[in-house]
Amino acid sequence: MQSFKCSAQDLVDFHGGEISRELFVNADIYREEQERVFARAWLYVGHATQVRNPGDFIVSKMGEESVILARDRAGEIHVFLNTCRHRGMKVCRYDEGNTKTFMCPYHGWSYGLDGKLIGVPDYQEAYKPAFDREEWRLVEVAQMAIFRGTIWATWDKSAPSFEEYLGEARFALDHALCPWDGGDGETEVLGSTQRWIIPSNWKIVAENFAGDALHVVSHRSVDLAGIGPSEGEGRRDDPGRLVVAAYPGGHGVMYGVRDATTVPNDYRGSRITAEYFRHCWKKRRARRGPTADIVPLVGTIFPNMSFHGQQPRTILVAHPLGVDRTEMWRIYFTDRGAPAEVKDFLRRYYVRYAGPAGMTEQDDMENWNYATAASRGVIARQYPYHYKAGLGAAKTSDLIPGIITDHPITTEQNPRVLYQRWAEYMDAGSWDHLLGKQSVIR
Amino acid sequence: MTLPPLSPARLAYLNLMREIEDFLHYEAELLDERRFEAWLELLTDDIHYWMPIRKNLAFEDRDHDITAAGDVAWIDDDKTTLSKRVRQILTGIHWAEEPLSRASHLVTNISLFNQATFLADPASAYEDGALLNIKCRFLVHRNRLETETDFLVGRREDTLRRVGGELRIAKRKIIIDQSVLLAKNLTIFI
Ligand code: FES
Ligand SMILES: [Fe+2]
Repeated sequence: MQSFKCSAQDLVDFHGGEISRELFVNADIYREEQERVFARAWLYVGHATQVRNPGDFIVSKMGEESVILARDRAGEIHVFLNTCRHRGMKVCRYDEGNTKTFMCPYHGWSYGLDGKLIGVPDYQEAYKPAFDREEWRLVEVAQMAIFRGTIWATWDKSAPSFEEYLGEARFALDHALCPWDGGDGETEVLGSTQRWIIPSNWKIVAENFAGDALHVVSHRSVDLAGIGPSEGEGRRDDPGRLVVAAYPGGHGVMYGVRDATTVPNDYRGSRITAEYFRHCWKKRRARRGPTADIVPLVGTIFPNMSFHGQQPRTILVAHPLGVDRTEMWRIYFTDRGAPAEVKDFLRRYYVRYAGPAGMTEQDDMENWNYATAASRGVIARQYPYHYKAGLGAAKTSDLIPGIITDHPITTEQNPRVLYQRWAEYMDAGSWDHLLGKQSVIR
Repeated sequence: MTLPPLSPARLAYLNLMREIEDFLHYEAELLDERRFEAWLELLTDDIHYWMPIRKNLAFEDRDHDITAAGDVAWIDDDKTTLSKRVRQILTGIHWAEEPLSRASHLVTNISLFNQATFLADPASAYEDGALLNIKCRFLVHRNRLETETDFLVGRREDTLRRVGGELRIAKRKIIIDQSVLLAKNLTIFI
C-alpha cells in the first residue's frame, strides 16, 4: 500500500483480532482501494432476469463507476463502462430499458448493444484520415461470468476465473441462489432495485453480512415487534444451528443448519407459501442429501456483494462513493416458478425486513452511521477496532467447506478473514501474488 | 360590496374540504407530536400504505417511472405491519429512532379528486363507506441527533373512507421525488 506509508498488513492484526480505524476513515486508503480492490476483484453487476430479452439493459455500478449491463441482438450479455469514448459523457442515464443503440447526448456518437461504435456524426467529412471506429468501442470489462443467474465482472485480465475466485465459497453462493427445491430451475429478481445512500464506509456493510453474530443484540426491537413470516416474536423462522464459515478469498458466510429429520414448519403466515416451501424442501432433501439443510443465511462475497440466502432472499451491493459514503443497491429474488401468491407474500415480508424502511436494516444503518462518525477524529482513529471473539476456535467440517466456527457462534472470524484478504489486495502488486498469498487464514 | 352567491352545493363542498384539511392537519399533528398509537387509530383495518420507488426511464416509458403494484417498493405495508412499526418505536431500543427524530409534516395542495360526485350529491360524502380521493403534496423534514437532516418531498394519493361518521385513511400512496433515496433510512411515517 502506497498511500499510508506502511504495509496494509500493519493495519490488520489478523492473529490478534485488531483492525485499525484508518480502514474506515482514511481518504487516502479509500482512494487506493479503488485501484487495488475494485479494479481487480470480481464484482457483482446484476441478474440475468433483469436483461431477459435482446436489447434489454440496466445501468449498474462497479465500485464507484457506472456500468451498462446489456443483452445484444445475438443474446450475449455485455458489461460496459458507462462513459462515452469521445468526451466522457454518461452514455446511458436511464436505469433500465430496451434499446437498439446507446446514443450519446453530447455529440451524438452511437454505440451498438455489443459496444461497437456505429455512428459518428460527420464521420466522412471531419476525420481525415478516418479513425478506426473499432478502436473506440465502449470500454468493456476484461472478464464476465454468470453464476446461477447472477452476473459478475472484473476489469482485470489477469484475475482468475470467477469459480476459482469463489473457491469453496461456491457452495454457499450455490445454496443461496438456487431455487428452494435445490434444483437447476431459475430464481428471478422480484422487480426494481432499492438504491439509497448511507454515511458509512462500504466495508462496515461487507463485514456485517460476512457474519457478525454479535450484532444480533442490536435487532432486539424488531424481534420484539415480530415481523417474521410466521406469527409471534422474531424476524425469521428458526434458522437452525448457526455455523460461520470463512474462505481464503475473503468471503464469509453464516449458515443455519436445520434439523434434517423434521418436516419444515416455516412461513405459517401464508398457507400456500408454507405448503410450497414444504413441497420444495422435500425435493431439496432428495436432491442434495446431507447438505440440503445447510442454508446460507447471510454472506459476503469479497469485496462488496452481500446476500441473504433464505429469510429474506436478497442481494445487497455496497458501492463505494467516498470514504464515508456508500450507495446501497438491494434487489430481492424468489423462485421463478413460485405461485404468484407466494411471491406476493414474500415480497412484502422482504421489504418490511430489509432496505431503508426495513425494520431490521434501519437499526444497522444507525449503528454504521455513528460508528463511522465517532471513529473519524485524530484521537479516535488511534484506537483499533476489536475483533477478538472466537480467536483460535476455527476448525474444519466434513459437510461445510471453509474454515468454520460453530462455538462460540459469536466469533468474529469472518470479519478477520475479510480484512486479512483486504490487506493482501492492498499490498499485492499482481494477481499472481494475490493467488499465492491466499492460504494462511487460520 | 356584495359577495358572490354561494350555492348550497358549493357550501357543502367547502364544508367537506375544510373537514378533509382539518383531518390531514390533525394527522400530521399526531405524527409530529409522536402520538403514534393515536395515529394508528386514523387508519382503517384494511389500509394499504404504500411508497413505491421512482426510476429514471426514457421518455416513452415515462408513465412507468413509479413502481407498480406487485413490484418492489420502499414500503408496502398493511395495518399489521404499521402497528409493528409503532410497537418497535415504543420498545425504546429501536436505535434508528432512539432517541426519537424530530419531524415536521407539511401537507399542502390538498385537493379532492372525485369532487364532482360530491358536488352533485353532497350528502353522499357522509354516507358510511364513502370514498374521498385526495391528492396532496408533502414536505417532511426530519432532523435527528445533532446534524442529521432529511427532506422528503413528493406527492401523496390518499383514499379517505367515511367510517361511523368519521374520516379514516384507507389507502395511502406516497410518491417521493427521489430515485436514489438520499436518507439513510425511512423510520418515520409520511
Ligand atoms: S461525449 Fe459522447 S459524443 Fe461527445
Ligand atoms: Fe443487522
